[in-house]
Formats: sequence, structure tokens, C-alpha cells
Amino acid sequence: MTFIGKKEDLKVVGTRPIRPDGVDKVTGRAAFGADMTMPGMLWGKIKRSPHAHARIVSINTEKAMALPGVRAVVTAADFPEIASEEAFVGEGPMNFRDLSRNCMARGKALYDGHAVAAVAAISPAVADQALNLIEVEYEVLPYVIDVEEAMAPDAPLLHDDLYTQGVEPKPERPSNIAKRVTFAKGNAEAGFAEAEHIIERRYTTQPVHQAYIEPHACVVAAAADGQMQIWSSSQGQFMVRAYCAKLLGLDISSIRAIPAEIGGGFGGKTLVYLEPVALALSKQSGRPVKMVMSREEVFRGTGPTSGGVIEVKLGAKRDGTIVAAQLVLKYQAGAFPGSPVQPGCMCGFAMYDIPNVSITGYDVVSNRPKVAAYRAPGAPISSFGVESCLDELARELNIDPLALREKNAAHEGTKAVHGPTWTNIGYLETLVAAKDHPNYRIPLGPNQGRGIASGFWFNIGGESSAAVHINEDGSVSVVSGSPDIGGSRASMAMMAAETLGLPIDKVKPIVADTASIGFTHVTGGSRVTYATGMATVQAAERVIEQLKTRAGMIWDISPEAIEWKEGKAYPAGPNAGSFEPLSLAEIATKAARTGGPIGAEVSVNAQGAGPAFATHVCDVEVDPETGHVTILRYTAVQDCGRAIHPSYVEGQIQGGVTQGIGWALSEEYIYDKQGRMDNPGFLDYRCPVASDMPMLDAVIVEVPNPRHPFGVRGVGEVPIVPPMAAVANAIADAIGTRLRDLPMSPPRLLAAIDGEGPEPMRAAAE
Amino acid sequence: MPRVVISGSGARRFTGGLTELEVEANTVRRMILELDRRFPGLGHQIEEGMAVAIDGEIYQDAYQVALTPDSEVYLIPKIGGG
Repeated sequence: MTFIGKKEDLKVVGTRPIRPDGVDKVTGRAAFGADMTMPGMLWGKIKRSPHAHARIVSINTEKAMALPGVRAVVTAADFPEIASEEAFVGEGPMNFRDLSRNCMARGKALYDGHAVAAVAAISPAVADQALNLIEVEYEVLPYVIDVEEAMAPDAPLLHDDLYTQGVEPKPERPSNIAKRVTFAKGNAEAGFAEAEHIIERRYTTQPVHQAYIEPHACVVAAAADGQMQIWSSSQGQFMVRAYCAKLLGLDISSIRAIPAEIGGGFGGKTLVYLEPVALALSKQSGRPVKMVMSREEVFRGTGPTSGGVIEVKLGAKRDGTIVAAQLVLKYQAGAFPGSPVQPGCMCGFAMYDIPNVSITGYDVVSNRPKVAAYRAPGAPISSFGVESCLDELARELNIDPLALREKNAAHEGTKAVHGPTWTNIGYLETLVAAKDHPNYRIPLGPNQGRGIASGFWFNIGGESSAAVHINEDGSVSVVSGSPDIGGSRASMAMMAAETLGLPIDKVKPIVADTASIGFTHVTGGSRVTYATGMATVQAAERVIEQLKTRAGMIWDISPEAIEWKEGKAYPAGPNAGSFEPLSLAEIATKAARTGGPIGAEVSVNAQGAGPAFATHVCDVEVDPETGHVTILRYTAVQDCGRAIHPSYVEGQIQGGVTQGIGWALSEEYIYDKQGRMDNPGFLDYRCPVASDMPMLDAVIVEVPNPRHPFGVRGVGEVPIVPPMAAVANAIADAIGTRLRDLPMSPPRLLAAIDGEGPEPMRAAAE
Repeated sequence: MPRVVISGSGARRFTGGLTELEVEANTVRRMILELDRRFPGLGHQIEEGMAVAIDGEIYQDAYQVALTPDSEVYLIPKIGGG
């Protein structure tokens, strides 16, 4: 069934009911990962490497084990040694050997904060004492942090067995370059020969953390019969179960993973860090074990997204038609291969119709934490370079930056650089909406500037399960396997209510554990409202068929003679007989007499997710004395297909923009001379806070995705793609000086202003 | 017969650098089997690391999707997200 094209008929979808988790969260009743306790529970703690790169010569745990109150100590020796095995699981390519060694260092510590041992004790204080008694002998090795330094032939090597993939013939020497990938369309060389104006620039971004408010936390219990339970906050309880089984050599069926409320993930909780270690401690001690990271541990021991170098070359006609483009990307992967350089390659030019393109990407390891997914992994980095360079091209050609984008915009039938021909996309609509927005016409004052940038993300579908159960009184439970990070409980309930014809207050959603619902892929990739929503709608439709059958039994007529509308069964026509409509509640009360409980569970592998495009307009004011940038106003336009709950969509857009502004202006890892992170806390790692932000205007464009019953596209990822370039372009507009390296923090801005002295500030020019 | 284009460099090592192929197949599963028969190892690479874009629509892990003789098929890196 499809509801596309009938927006005016929708009663629930498109409205803004109170969120189902709202009261719990504002009253403190919501149970997050750290809120769980169990009788007899121990506290687990991790000992971390103080060195950026060191061979582990020996680990002596005897003194720690002898400390009263200590019940277990584990090192890599307590985990199975896993062979290198690449698979695409979770949110990207994964090598389980690497994942295991990231959870617990084996042979070498590869970054400051890398776990080398863990203890479980009767209190956090005893556990801390025990950590100090673990004696680790290190042979400190040269280290490398910077991506281009790591690519140098004489750089310190992290892995002796890492040979660059994607190079023929296979290199004879190992390297920190894990992979080289290329994409091409047309003939870039010929395209540049045809160009009348060529621009070539280099940009850099820093690794930034997802900075979820809730640190990683779990409670696990390993029973004597081998059954294990895990309570943890993650982006996928099925992911936690599968990874723990793999890393500990267990059957998946021996683990039950129960999702806690999650305090933010943004991609960073699509991996495991604590859970396998806690299980090993629990197995050894025979007691439940709780582990909670400190903020410092989150920064030192868990994955940010990559930093990168972006080299962009554009060739255009004088009228602004881009005829050739080249992109070289160098992405930091952290200590193990797996940066999001491939999606970075595919997203950079995805918004544009360019006939000749050449793209090369490098995945590079260095002595930093292994990167994890972060909203639209890889895309914000390449887009910062491309969208900044496009702005520079527009200024050199004296063309309005928005008009330049319109001229080159991808549209229905455009062949993307990575191959597919675009269908049903809404990029041009976002440009038009941005241009038409009143914010785009507000006059700017001295030291103020306006920047525009666009972005793209694929969105995905994948495996999801959902169940709809009719309760005895006619109320409805909607059960899904998707942890609720972006409002999925609300959107599942709303889609079920709309399909069933019920008011939203009759439908209650929950997120189930791995034993209570079918397999469901992680909450990520902007997939849940699309894929789990599809499962929910299909489950509701099956329930409607059951309800018609039950009504047929009550009226003693054929179910084919019954239609379902507005939450009631009606005779389909005069030939069906004359009956008063039967409400869902009336049918539910007779469920036992008509065959028993009414409900359906559906599992899908959803395909054909609709891509997302966004265009952002940012206005800034630069303080020429301090270099501080104030965001005056921010307008984020996005094609979301159809907004199920517009407030959640706006919230996703505002959240992504805020994180992008932090990436642009202030967030960075600072390392000391030993390769240790110097700012592992929110005081020194500066994320934007509410007082930094103006009201962020989220503008929803709806170009429905025909593959979803309500026209849904993913929402949560693309909002973080344009902000860095939008801010950079606005700063360039304000001060006449281009910043090409992130973050554009006050010291950098002041240096740029001073360094470009002859180029006048807008205030002076006017 | 469907024309299959390998996008990106990830799978080209199996085809000796070939990027465009014609494959006699009417489903994704048959396309994978046929490609693996011609280029051993490519089938595994597609299943583990690639998505299939058919006439602009992206499919991941979907054996039974139909191909027509006019289908435009691109093998692209599998896509995740955050």
C-alpha cells in the first residue's frame, strides 16, 4: 500500500505528537547504560597505554590479582586470537582481528589510550588501585600522527603485514597506506584541456569526535551454564551480540543483548569497546560486571571520524559550466584500516553533473584511535574541500555561488560519478528553497558574510524487524529492533497508527532485545524510518487483514466483503449486509473467540533507499580583534522525502548542523610531543553549546521517495555534510580571506587576517 | 543482455582491469554466479563488499532482484553510514 500523494488525507503522519520517550528523559526515569545495577555486581576498569606506539614486552598481573577485592584480571591472552577476516558488517568494512585488537591490544599498543588490560573488583576504587598494580613493560616505538607524515616512505610502520591494496603489482614493502581507491567518469585530462578557467586548491580537516553526551557503559552477566546477558547503550543490540560472539568465540544464541536508552551515538556506537572485555571479566569472576567509561577514556580510547587532506581541481567554462573535476583524498583511519574514504570519494561531486571526473582516495593508518562512523561517514570531509573550492571558483568567475550550483546541479537522469543514474532526487528543489528563503535576502553588515554549501548522502535500507500487537482493549503495541536515537519510536508508532487508522495515543512503541524480535541491523545510515518503518507498515497491514477476518467471523460474512477505514471494519458495500462498523477495540475484545491474539511480525531487507540532498546558507560575523566567529543565522534546507514527525526531522537537521559548526570552528585533537592527547575533555575539546547557536532554521523539502509507503528518505546524516564549507564560505565572504584548514578557530582566523593584511575587511572596504 | 560496469577500483583486480562486461543473467544472484565463474573471487567480493545499482536504484544483499536485457548495472562499494 502507498500513501504517497495523499498528504492532505493523512491524520497522524506529518503531525507533531509528544515524543514517547520525552517524559522519561526530562524526569530522569530513562534508564541509560550506566543506570543498570545487579546484585553482586563488580566494577570493571581498563588499563590504557600511555604511549602512542609501543611494543608490549610483558604484562604482570600478579600483584593486581593479589589485591583484596579484585576478582578478575584479563589481557589479550584471555581472548581468542582471531585471524584477519574482512566483512562488511555494522556500518562499514570490518576486520574482526582488528576489532579484537582494538578492544584489547595484542603485541603492540598502537595509540595513547589503547586498552592493554582490565580488572574487575568489588568497587571502582579497588579496581583503580588494581590497575596501578598491573606492571606493563613497554618498548616505546617512534610514532606518527599526521596523515601525510604517515604516508611517507620512511614513516614509523604500525603493521608489518599491511600492504597497500588497490595498487598493482602488490607493493614489496609494507606501508601505512592501507588502501588506494579510484573512481573515474569521462576523461578528466581531456576535460581540463577544454576548460577556460582552472582552479586548484588544498584543504584539511581534523579528526573530530561524535561527542555523544553519554559515555560508553554496560552491565554484563555470564552465567555458569554459558548463557550471557548484556545491557548496554549502543546503536544496535544485534551488533553487540554478534561482535561479542565473534570476539569471544561464542555461539550467538548464548548471548542476549538488551538495549538501554542511548544518550547519543551519531555512528560512534556502531562498534564495541567495553562489552567483550566485561564479558571476559564476568566469565572469569562468575559475577556480573559493570563498566562505564570516563569522558577522558571516551576521547582517548574510542573512535572519532577521520581527519583528511582534500586536494580539489575544477575546470570550468567562463559561464560557470564545470567540465572537469579532480579530487585526491587522504583520510586517517586511526590505528587500523577502515577510514570512510570510499564514501568520501563517492559523495564529493554527487550533487553535480560533471562529465569528466577523476577521484583517488587513500586510507591511511596512524597512531590515533581507530576511527568510527560519524554521521554521513566520509562525506563532510570531501565536501568541505569541494564546496569550498566551488565557492572560490564562483568568486573567481564572478558568478553567484548559488547560481553556479544551480547551473551544474545533478537532476533526474544525471549519471553520478560512482555510476548510478539519479532518479527521484530533490537537489534542485533544495537550491530553489534556499534562494527563496527570507534569510537569503537579509542585508549583511560590516564584518558579516554569507556562505552557501550543499551536501549529499546515500541513505540505506537493510534488514529490519517490527511487530504490531493488538492488545485486549484495542490499544496497540509496536515492537522494533531499532534503538531509538533519532525518534524512531515516535515514527514507528505514527506510521502504524496511520496505517491502522488510529489516533497516535492508542499506539505505544518499544525497542526489544535480541531474544524478543527478529534480527535488525544497527540504527545508522539514516535507515530506520525507511527500513524499520517499512517492516512496521507491513506488519500493520497484516494486522488489518486479520482484523477483517475477525470482523467477518463476528458478522458471519466473508473478509473480502469488508473494508478497513479510520480504525474500523465496514461492510464493503450493500451486498455485504447491513452492519454497524466494528471498531478495533470491539474486535480485540472478541479475539479469543475468533482465533486468539491478533498481531504480526515482519522482517524485511529494505532496498532502494532514496538519496538525500541538502543546501545550507550560513551568515556569520567575524570579530576582527579576537578572531571569534558568531553564527548570526543558519538556514538548512533538506529533501527528506516525507517528514513523519516534522519536529524530529528539524531536530535531526539542527543537531547535524550544530556538530558541523563545531567541526568547522573549534573541535580538534591536540597532541603533545609524545603523541598523547592533550585535551581529552569537554573543557578543552570545545563543542558548540546552546549559547553559541542562533535559532537554526530547518527547512523541509518533500520530494517523496516512491519506494517507501509514506515516501520517506533518510534524514539524520546529510545535515552534517554542508556546514563546514558553508561556514568557511561565509567567513571568506566576511573578511575576504579564505581559510582552508579546520578548525577555523580564533587564533587561525587572526593569523589569516594578519597574514592577509592588504586585503581589506568588509568594514574597511565599505 | 545486461551491461555491468564496475565502479571504483576495488573489484578490478579480479577482472584484469576490465570495467564493463556483458553478463547473461536475469537476477542479481545469477549475475554474481556468472561473474564469479568468469573471474574467480569476484563473486565473494561483490557479496561482501559491494552494492548493486540497477537503473539508478541501489540494492545491497538482494539475490532475487530481476535484471532485464536493458538493465544498467553498476557494482559500487557497499554503503553504510553513521
